[in-house]
Amino acid sequence: MLIRKAPDLTYADVTPKSLYLDRRKFLRGMGIAGAAALAGARLWDLASPNTQAFAATKFDGLIKSPFSTKEQQNSYNDVTHYNNFYEFGTEKSDPSKNAGKFQTSPWTVSVEGEVNKPRKFSLDEIIKLGPLEERIYRHRCVEAWSIVVPWIGFSFSALANAVEPTPKAKYVAFESYWDSKQMPWGRYAGIDFPYVEGLRLDEAMNPLALLCVGMYGESLPNQDGAPIRLVLPWKYGFKSAKSLVKIRFVKGEPPTTWNRMASNEYGFYANVNPKVDHPRWSQAKERRLGEFFKRETLMFNGYGDQVASMYNGMDLRKNY
Amino acid sequence: MRAILTSKWTKVVVFLLCLMPLASLGWRALHNDLSANPIEFITHATGDWTLRFLLITLAITPFRKILRLPDLIRFRRMLGLFAFFYACLHFTTYIWLDKFFDLAEMWKDVAKRRYITVGFTAFLLLIPLAVTSTAGWIRRIGGRRWQQLHRAIYFSALCGVIHYYWLVKSAVIRPLAYAAILAVLLLWRLAVKYWPQPQPATADLQPKPQRVQA
Repeated sequence: MLIRKAPDLTYADVTPKSLYLDRRKFLRGMGIAGAAALAGARLWDLASPNTQAFAATKFDGLIKSPFSTKEQQNSYNDVTHYNNFYEFGTEKSDPSKNAGKFQTSPWTVSVEGEVNKPRKFSLDEIIKLGPLEERIYRHRCVEAWSIVVPWIGFSFSALANAVEPTPKAKYVAFESYWDSKQMPWGRYAGIDFPYVEGLRLDEAMNPLALLCVGMYGESLPNQDGAPIRLVLPWKYGFKSAKSLVKIRFVKGEPPTTWNRMASNEYGFYANVNPKVDHPRWSQAKERRLGEFFKRETLMFNGYGDQVASMYNGMDLRKNY
Repeated sequence: MRAILTSKWTKVVVFLLCLMPLASLGWRALHNDLSANPIEFITHATGDWTLRFLLITLAITPFRKILRLPDLIRFRRMLGLFAFFYACLHFTTYIWLDKFFDLAEMWKDVAKRRYITVGFTAFLLLIPLAVTSTAGWIRRIGGRRWQQLHRAIYFSALCGVIHYYWLVKSAVIRPLAYAAILAVLLLWRLAVKYWPQPQPATADLQPKPQRVQA
């Protein structure tokens, strides 16, 4: 049962969302029909309304990115039902359950700080900044699991160039949406919100740094950081801030949420590095979702060719 | 109530109930419903249930005294053994599906990672208790010393809760809830042991309240 075969499927073969939603309803039905005792602990689940988001915009004419990996992609179901988004709860299954009613339209992103043209962008305005690409990236969580996801977006540098950073801008600070009314689960997450992240300017301008508005051919589902997020494939997942509302170009290194929470465990850089363990667990290996055996974790998550030079001369044990 | 508690069928029902968490895992496995990370799901489920059974086992004595239901004792051994059962499943998941029986790797983990050190300790502490859980062993070691030995469950549960607390990234609410329940269960024992027994003020007028034997 545990050994799930990695089928030879492309993402065109991924179960359509409507079908797997039906499957889940079917399972829920089975649960009711099945022994009540068995369902006991799950009665709450069964009673909860299905809060799945159905609205999704399809993106056509996507450019295939040369940065894409040819590795087996994870299923849409895995990527939408197993992830961290602490504003919606700390269990991996929480975001899919709790983010359904999250209001992501209208949406504005304020781009400000050390730039010549600070301004607020609507989501549509941002999408028009660059041709949308599909980029299939490996994504490595600091918790030692990984996935392969076909993201949609374009390099963050396109947005940066639109606002013209001044020479004083050395870092970029990112801020995620926070509303304790829409995200009451966040109050028990144990971290401070709004979620903040940051990059050095050269990291943000690296072509790999993706400003992401979709995945699997359509707009981002709420639980994966709708409507706009970062994807930084050479860094641990927590650096890729979700549901962005503010992007600020700044002079000094900005504070970052997990670093503030436990600076000995989560550094500012958080580059994927199999040689530097998290104080509480090893980073040498990872479990690719859907695979039985663990695989070796690669330096910079396998993106060394594109990013390693940015860290020349830095002690990566100290700058973890 | 007494009739229910002493019925052998009650024991059968409780036994089957204790197997429900395992049955639920089996059901989910059959329906491919163990999340995108089944191994983690199984590890967490078996760990959760180990802690829950430890706390339920530790709750038997207070409930016996407070609710005056001495017959609850009939379930204590079974519940304790189920705690051990789920601990074994938890440990097996770890050593098999996480470490693939690489003992060298496991020892490195135990030595280096404090949440594993303390979790492993909790598991080791349960082994002698499971082994000596039979009537024969109580006779062999003698009731008093057997009781002393079995106080190791306090430390096992404590290590188990710390294990959970040290393992989470930031969401400490659940481990703290377990810790709070454990604290109540242990402090109750301390209170019973050291609190001065209440003396009836009007001893002459009222019948002396029956003192419950500890």
